[in-house]
Amino acid sequence: MLFATIVAGTPLIITALGELVTEKSGVLNLGAEGIMAVGAVAAFAVAHDTHSTWAGVIAGMAAGAAMSLIFAVLTLTLMANQVASGLALSIFGVGLSAFVGKPYESASMVAVPPIRVPLLSDIPVIGPALFEQQSLVYLSWLLMAGVTWFLYRSRAGLVLRAVGESPSSAHSIGYPVIRIRYLATLFGGAMAGAGGAFLSVFYTPLWVEGMVAGRGWIALALVVFATWRPLRVLVGAYLFGGVMISQLFLQGSGAQIDIPSQFLSSLPYWATIVVLVIISRNVQTIRLNSPVSLGQPYRPE
Amino acid sequence: MFKLEARPQASLAMRYASPAIAVVLMLIAGVVVFSALGRNPIEGFQVFFLNPMRDLNAVTELLLKATPLMLIAVGLAVGFRANVWNIGAEGQFLMGAVAATAVALAFQSSESALVLPTMVVAGAIGGALWAALPALLKTRFNANEILTSLMLVYIAQLAVSWLVFGPWRDPAGFNFPQTEMFSDAALLPMLIEGTRLNYAFILALGVLAAGYVFMERSYTGFKMRVAGESEAAARYAGYSAVTTIWIGLLAGGAAAGLAGMAEVAGPVGQLTDKISSGYGFAAIIVAFVGRLNPIGIFFASLLMALLYIGGEQAQQYLSLPASISKVFQGMLLFFLLGSDVFIQYRLRRSARQ
Repeated sequence: MLFATIVAGTPLIITALGELVTEKSGVLNLGAEGIMAVGAVAAFAVAHDTHSTWAGVIAGMAAGAAMSLIFAVLTLTLMANQVASGLALSIFGVGLSAFVGKPYESASMVAVPPIRVPLLSDIPVIGPALFEQQSLVYLSWLLMAGVTWFLYRSRAGLVLRAVGESPSSAHSIGYPVIRIRYLATLFGGAMAGAGGAFLSVFYTPLWVEGMVAGRGWIALALVVFATWRPLRVLVGAYLFGGVMISQLFLQGSGAQIDIPSQFLSSLPYWATIVVLVIISRNVQTIRLNSPVSLGQPYRPE
Repeated sequence: MFKLEARPQASLAMRYASPAIAVVLMLIAGVVVFSALGRNPIEGFQVFFLNPMRDLNAVTELLLKATPLMLIAVGLAVGFRANVWNIGAEGQFLMGAVAATAVALAFQSSESALVLPTMVVAGAIGGALWAALPALLKTRFNANEILTSLMLVYIAQLAVSWLVFGPWRDPAGFNFPQTEMFSDAALLPMLIEGTRLNYAFILALGVLAAGYVFMERSYTGFKMRVAGESEAAARYAGYSAVTTIWIGLLAGGAAAGLAGMAEVAGPVGQLTDKISSGYGFAAIIVAFVGRLNPIGIFFASLLMALLYIGGEQAQQYLSLPASISKVFQGMLLFFLLGSDVFIQYRLRRSARQ
């Protein structure tokens, strides 16, 4: 249960942390769902054809970055509406992934063996759950630590946050606002691509149209839930992972319960709504924590 | 080098030229895509963009496909103009279809002329109720309507799946996930005999007209437009933000619910687990390409219907996956958003320094 929860939460962590960095720079990219789908299909195709997991992950990240580049050009250079552009990216990405992925629909791939951390994995109960995981699970923890360090301990992170809080002040001190936002958006895209890659290469491992199933949107909700703090993203992602797994677990347990499987499958989506409601109820919390310029276009004069 | 320079005034000409530019760019991209796939670009163009308009029958199919799109898009436009981002039209469409199906199945043996109007009302209410949830959560708890309405899409899909696999499954349907076929009293009459085009098209035109009057000619519509242009101005004028959110979401939900009703009572004739082909999402593109204006939406919905049918044609004649439509639909919106920059800005050769 704990093991599976961590696995289910991992793509959410990777995607949400990427989106968090993007949003901290003041850019709201609603395209995560489409980026994950394209990342997933690119990663699966490359991993399947080259028999290299890592080539797949890199392909997923590259595809994700390419997708977010479209978004960045539209919103940062051409100053298009961020909400509309993000939606366009999601619609386009889901369609593109279905189109490109068609030949891979029935392809299968050998599951990637987990990596055992010596000694630690011998701890009873939590050992195997925490330390006999896929490499990307460990990397997601490193990513969390890395993003925390970058945002709150590094100079570059301070600049990034300044850009998100007040682009005009950052610009007047001489920081290249648009370039920083480009980089943050590309990073977010690459991470969403990696999140997709985790789904198709490590988690399932296969490609089916629509397999992202709203995880990109849930990741966006997670960033709000976490009030833009990396550690809380991790906690939130495992909460969601837990909801996803417990509904599968209940479905798997079969005959004893008489609840249609579709009701159980809808639990993560209900959970997302409930969580959003709880966290958004206090307008002050959102206002204090969200980057001030989030979603606002900026044009240096 | 060129640089963008702010225009002193937004260009009205560009506002209307931009969708045309986007269409041209999409057609060019289409030729590029077909070449890249190793197909004859001229044949691809012919099959994808011209076949759907080749004769009267094809044109009626186009109008049939455009009907749900224009219905949903005009409802969404009401909200989008006021910055109410209802992204869950797909779910509202499904719930409208479910509500209409509930009526149809309850009166399966009835031949009353009231069945169909009841279904129309039920469809609109079903969709509006599904949109009322994000409206309530937004006005009461400040929850982002983009995310809540989207989550409700997935929930609606699962609800439809449960119904057609479970309680509503046609016992004589060889276990296919679908309900019984509706009786004649629950089916929309045909507009042109010998085609599949039905009266939902007229209904959609009526909704477009109503949308036009509401958005362009009514005081409430004006207030909502002000809220969309400047939240601060609307607040200063004392316009209620809560009312704007409710109307924005309910209009979109009711229109999407009508579209769902038109689909089950129209070309499909029953509820199935694949009742929507992503109309709720495609209609978002229709709304933008149509400039959130009912007349523009009419033409944009024809264009999007063309892309849908073009995808089916490409699947049939070029053995390409039908999802190629979605690729083109997405590209169209990208090109539109990109060329919209020239409404506010113009290109100037930047002076050498």
